[in-house]
Amino acid sequence: MEQTVFRLDDLRVWYGEYQALLGVSMTIERNQITAFIGPSGCGKSTLLRSFNRMNDLIPGARVEGLLAYHGTDIYGPDIDPIEVRRRIGMVFQKPNVFPKSIYENVAYGPRVNRMKVDLDDVVEECLTRAALWDEVKSDLRKSAYALSGGQQQRLVIARCIAVQPEVILMDEPCASLDPIATTKVEDLMRELAKDYTIVIVTHNMQQAARVSDRTAFFTAELDEAGVRHGRLVEYGATRQIFSAPAQQSTEDYISGRFG
Amino acid sequence: MSVEEDLVGQGTPAADRIFRWLLFIALGIGILTLVVLLATVTIKGAPRLDPALITNMPSLRFPERAGAQSAITGTLWVITFTALFSLPTGILAAVYLEEFARPGGRFQRIVELNIQNLAAVPSIVYGILGLGVFVRALALGQSVVAAALTLALLVLPIVIIATREALRAVPRSIREGSLALGATPWQTTYRQTLPAAIPGIATGVILAVSRAAGEAAPLLMVGAVGFITFNPDGLLAGYTTLPIQIFNWTKDSREEFQVLASAAIVLLLVLLLALNFTAIWIRNRTQKRW
Amino acid sequence: MSVAPLTDSLVRTRPRYGEQVIKGVLVAAAAVSIATTFGIVASLVIPTVEFFREISVVDFLTGTEWTPLFADGKFGVLPLVSGTFVITGIAVAVAIPLGLGAAIYLSEYASARSRRVLKPTLEVLAGIPTVVFGFFALEFVTNVLLRRLFPGIEVFNALSAGLVMGIMIIPMVASLSEDAMAAVPAGLRDGSYALGASKRQTAVKVVIPAALSGIVAAFVLGISRAIGETMIVTIAAGLEPRLVPNPLQGMQTMTSYIAAAGAGDLPTGSIEYQSIFAVGFLLFLITLLMNIGSIRLVRRYRQAYQ
Repeated sequence: MEQTVFRLDDLRVWYGEYQALLGVSMTIERNQITAFIGPSGCGKSTLLRSFNRMNDLIPGARVEGLLAYHGTDIYGPDIDPIEVRRRIGMVFQKPNVFPKSIYENVAYGPRVNRMKVDLDDVVEECLTRAALWDEVKSDLRKSAYALSGGQQQRLVIARCIAVQPEVILMDEPCASLDPIATTKVEDLMRELAKDYTIVIVTHNMQQAARVSDRTAFFTAELDEAGVRHGRLVEYGATRQIFSAPAQQSTEDYISGRFG
Repeated sequence: MSVEEDLVGQGTPAADRIFRWLLFIALGIGILTLVVLLATVTIKGAPRLDPALITNMPSLRFPERAGAQSAITGTLWVITFTALFSLPTGILAAVYLEEFARPGGRFQRIVELNIQNLAAVPSIVYGILGLGVFVRALALGQSVVAAALTLALLVLPIVIIATREALRAVPRSIREGSLALGATPWQTTYRQTLPAAIPGIATGVILAVSRAAGEAAPLLMVGAVGFITFNPDGLLAGYTTLPIQIFNWTKDSREEFQVLASAAIVLLLVLLLALNFTAIWIRNRTQKRW
Repeated sequence: MSVAPLTDSLVRTRPRYGEQVIKGVLVAAAAVSIATTFGIVASLVIPTVEFFREISVVDFLTGTEWTPLFADGKFGVLPLVSGTFVITGIAVAVAIPLGLGAAIYLSEYASARSRRVLKPTLEVLAGIPTVVFGFFALEFVTNVLLRRLFPGIEVFNALSAGLVMGIMIIPMVASLSEDAMAAVPAGLRDGSYALGASKRQTAVKVVIPAALSGIVAAFVLGISRAIGETMIVTIAAGLEPRLVPNPLQGMQTMTSYIAAAGAGDLPTGSIEYQSIFAVGFLLFLITLLMNIGSIRLVRRYRQAYQ
C-alpha cells in the first residue's frame, strides 16, 4: 500500500467571505503521527476539520484546491461525506461521550454503519486497545458520564476505532485533561500509530515534540486590510523542526519568543 | 450640611416607600383574585363534590342527580386525539427547523413567521377554521375527530416551540461526535438528539394537553353544544367536554346548576393540576441522570 | 481486528433514499403551519367574499345596527366593534397598570426567594381556563361585588367581563414586561445606583425607558389577547349588540357574536352563516395587525442591545 495517505495541493478554506486558511500544500504519511502547531487563530483546527469534512457543518464554509485521500479528492461532487467520516475519525478537545452507557458509546459507530460484527467482541477489543478495558470491564452498563475526564477521552478513542477508520484526527485531545491523563493518552497515541495514521492539533509544543514524527508549523498573518489569515510556514520531520528550523518565525515560536 | 444629610441627597424616601407599596399591591391584587376565585368556586361547588358528579350523566330536569360523566369522558377522548395529532407533527416540524433546515433559508423563515403568528391568533378563529374546513367542507360533522383536529392545530405552535427549546439545549458536541463516526444527520437526530431532548419535549406535551383540556371557544364552533348524555364511542361520535359542560350549566339560571358548574370547575382544575404535576414529575425523572 | 483495507470507494452510487424520504416527511410537518395559515385565511375569506356580494363593505363597516337574525336583517358591525373595544378598554385599564406594576416589583424589588413563590403563582393564574373566569365574572363579580356598588347594574354587564378579563391578562403583560426589563444590562442599573438614585428613580427613569419597546410590545399583545377573548364575554356580558356602550349594561362583542352564531345550526351558505366569517375576518385582521406590530417592536428592542 502506498505511503501517502493525504495529499494537499494549494488547499484554501473560507468561512463565507473570510479566508481562514491560505493555500496549504503538504502530504500526510501512513502510520505516522503528524502534529499541527502554532498560535491561536492560525487555521490549524480549520485544516484538521477539512480532512473529514466536518467543516461542512458550518454554514458558509467553503474549500478550494485539492485535498486527496489515497488519490481521491474528498470534496469531489460524488463523494459522500458520511463515508469519508467513517474512514477518517475524530477526537475532540472536550471529551464528548454520549449520554449513554460505556457499552452503547462504543457500539454506536458499528451500529449506525451497519457493520456486521459481534458487538460484544468489538466493544472489548476497542476498549482494550484504548487502554480502558481493565478500568471499566466490571460494569459496561455504567453511564459514560461517571468516568473521569481522562477515561472519557480514552472512551472517545475506543468509540472512534470501533468503526475501523484508517486515520484518526485529534483536535487538542489533551487540552482539558490533567497531566497524568495526558501522559496516558500520549502513550496511547504512540501505540495506535502502529495501526492508524494520526494527525494531531496541539497548543502544547512539548507534546508535539514528544509524540509526533512530523510537525507542521502554522501562523496567522495580517494582510493589508488588517484581516488575519492562517498560513503554513514550515513542515518537516519533528526532530528537524525543533532543533534546526528553516524559518525564523518557526524558531521564534518554538523558543517562546511569541505565541 | 453634615455628611449624613449630604448623602441622603435629593431623594424622597416617602415617595420611594409609597411606590414600592403600590407595586406590591398591584401584584397582590392579581394573586388575591386568584385566591378568591379558587375559594368561591370550591365553596360553591362543595355540595356537589360527590361521586355522582363523576358517575352520572347530565340531566335537565333533575339537577340533583346530574353528573359530568359524559363531559369527563369527552374531554379524555378529545385531548387524547389532540395529542395524537399534534405531537408527531409538532415534534417533526421542530426537528426540521432545528436540525435540517438551512439556517436563514427562505422556507425556514416563512415557517417561523407562520408559527409566530399562529401562536397569537385568537382561539375562536381556530374554531372558525374548524367549522369551515373540518365540520362542513370535510363533512366530519360535530364529532370528536373534528374537535381534535381543530385543537391540534391550535396547540401545534406550543409543541413546536417547546420541542425547539428542548433540542437547542442538547449540546452541539453530541451531534458532532455522532456525525464524526459516520452517522447520517437523521441517525444522529433519532439516536442522540431526540432522546436527550425528551424532558423538554414532555413538558411541551403537557402544556399543549393542558391548553386543549381547558379550551371552550373553538369547540363551541365545531359543535360540542347540545345536550350530550352519552360517552363517545368513536372518532365520529358526538361529545361534550368539561369546559363546555361548565358553560352550559353556567348559562342555566337555576341555582342547582350554578353549584354543578362550580363542582365541575373544581374537577377541571384538579385535572389540570394533575397534568402539571405529571410534567414536573417527568421533568425531574428524566433530568440528566447521566 | 485489523484496519479495514480500502476496498470500497468513497463515492456513493446510490443516493441515501432513506434520508431523503425522512427529510421529505420533516418538511411536510413543517409545512403544516403554512397550510394552517392558508386554511384560516381561506376559511375566512371565501365566505366573506360571498357575504360582501349581498352586503356592501361600507354598510358593514359603518352601519350602526346589527340584527342578522331579523327578517330584514341589518349588518352594520359597529355595535360589535364598539362592544369589543369597551370591554377591551376596561380590561386594559386593569391589566396594564397591575401587570406592569407586578413586573416592576418582580424585576427590581423582589428577592430571589419571594420571586420563586410569586412568579409561579402568577403562572397559575395564567393557566386557569377562560370559561372559569367567565363563571367567576357572572357568579361572583357581578352578583356579589357589582350589585352592591352599582345597584342598577344588569345581570349581564360589560364592567364585570372587562374587570375579570383584565385580571386574566395580567400574567401575560407582567411576564413579557419582566422579560423586557430583565434584558436591560445590569450596568445601566448599577450606574444609576452608583449616582445615588433610589430603586424607584432607577426603575422609572432608567429601566423602563430602556425596556420601553418590549413593554409596549407586551401591552399590544395584551390588548390583542383581550380583543380575541371569547368565553368571558359570552358568559358575562350577554348577547345584545349595543352601539352606545354603557359598562353597566351587557353588550355583544365580535367574539361573542361568532360564538353564539356558530353554536347555532345556521344553514351553510345563508347570509347569517356568512356573517360569522365576515366578523371573524375583521377580528383576524385587527389581531393580526397588532401581533405584527408587537413583533416589530420586540425586534427593535432586541437590536438595541446587540
